[in-house]
Amino acid sequence: MIKVTVYITLKKDVLDPQGKAIHVALNNMGFDKINGVRQGKLIEINLDTKDFDEAKEQVKKMSEQLLTNPIIEDFTIELE
Amino acid sequence: MDVSLIIFPGANCDKDTSLAIKHITGKHPKHVWYKETTLPKSDLVILPGGFSHGDYLRSGAIAAKAPIIKDLIKKSADGIYVLGICNGFQILTECGLLQGSLIKNNSLKFVSRNVRLRVIRNDTIFTSNFKENEDVNMPIAHHDGNFYIDDNSLKKIEEEGRVAFRYIENNAKHSPYNPNGSLNDIAGVYNENFKILGLMPHPERAIDKITGGDHGAKIFESMFHSLSQ
Repeated sequence: MIKVTVYITLKKDVLDPQGKAIHVALNNMGFDKINGVRQGKLIEINLDTKDFDEAKEQVKKMSEQLLTNPIIEDFTIELE
Repeated sequence: MDVSLIIFPGANCDKDTSLAIKHITGKHPKHVWYKETTLPKSDLVILPGGFSHGDYLRSGAIAAKAPIIKDLIKKSADGIYVLGICNGFQILTECGLLQGSLIKNNSLKFVSRNVRLRVIRNDTIFTSNFKENEDVNMPIAHHDGNFYIDDNSLKKIEEEGRVAFRYIENNAKHSPYNPNGSLNDIAGVYNENFKILGLMPHPERAIDKITGGDHGAKIFESMFHSLSQ
């Protein structure tokens, strides 16, 4: 079995009000060296295969077709 | 006019929309469960508001992969008319029938109130009963209504006159008048051939003066008059 992790982040140009809210909250808690906060998503998928290339290919398709919206999000895939 | 209404698990405006259609046309639309694979004969298909699949992953993302949507995409290529209201709008952007995306309101709050809207053009089947640049009131109720699209596509949408409705200043004390941060105050857009409309406001909740106004009824009347001829 291969465990695949998909990291989903908002594209740079897309405003992230949630990240901004977190930024403000952290500032209010006394963390004053923050230069920016962006919030994303992490999705873990376990695949019944031993073939890393196949796993990567499959999850890339999943990410493009459902897990992310290419208009607003980018993604990276990590296999282990 | 044959109207079909696609019902997803988590939809909550299907009954209101069905009632609005009945109110204007005299008959209820056909209700089509999302697991169906073929739409019945329809001139117009409506995707109602709500929270399909609990808004999991992204609003409308999972509904956009429903079996019935494949047939909707096919039939819309053949020229069927499509209206997506609120969550229906989100589903239309997620399945690619409309451009852009509805992201989280910039206030991070669920906003439920009346908004003032400008009807940008009255030469589509959805707006023929409005005056040109008519200003109307309709309710909104959403958390993800912030219309976003890349600069080039936004420019193209504007140049092609594909903005259907814009949020405009009103006399109420709501500030800001743009309730969600939408680019160019966009509340609704058309596709390239003006046969598909998605909008965040709820016209089906504004069809009677005794329940908060009837400006939304004009959308249903426009469609009825245009498609019954």
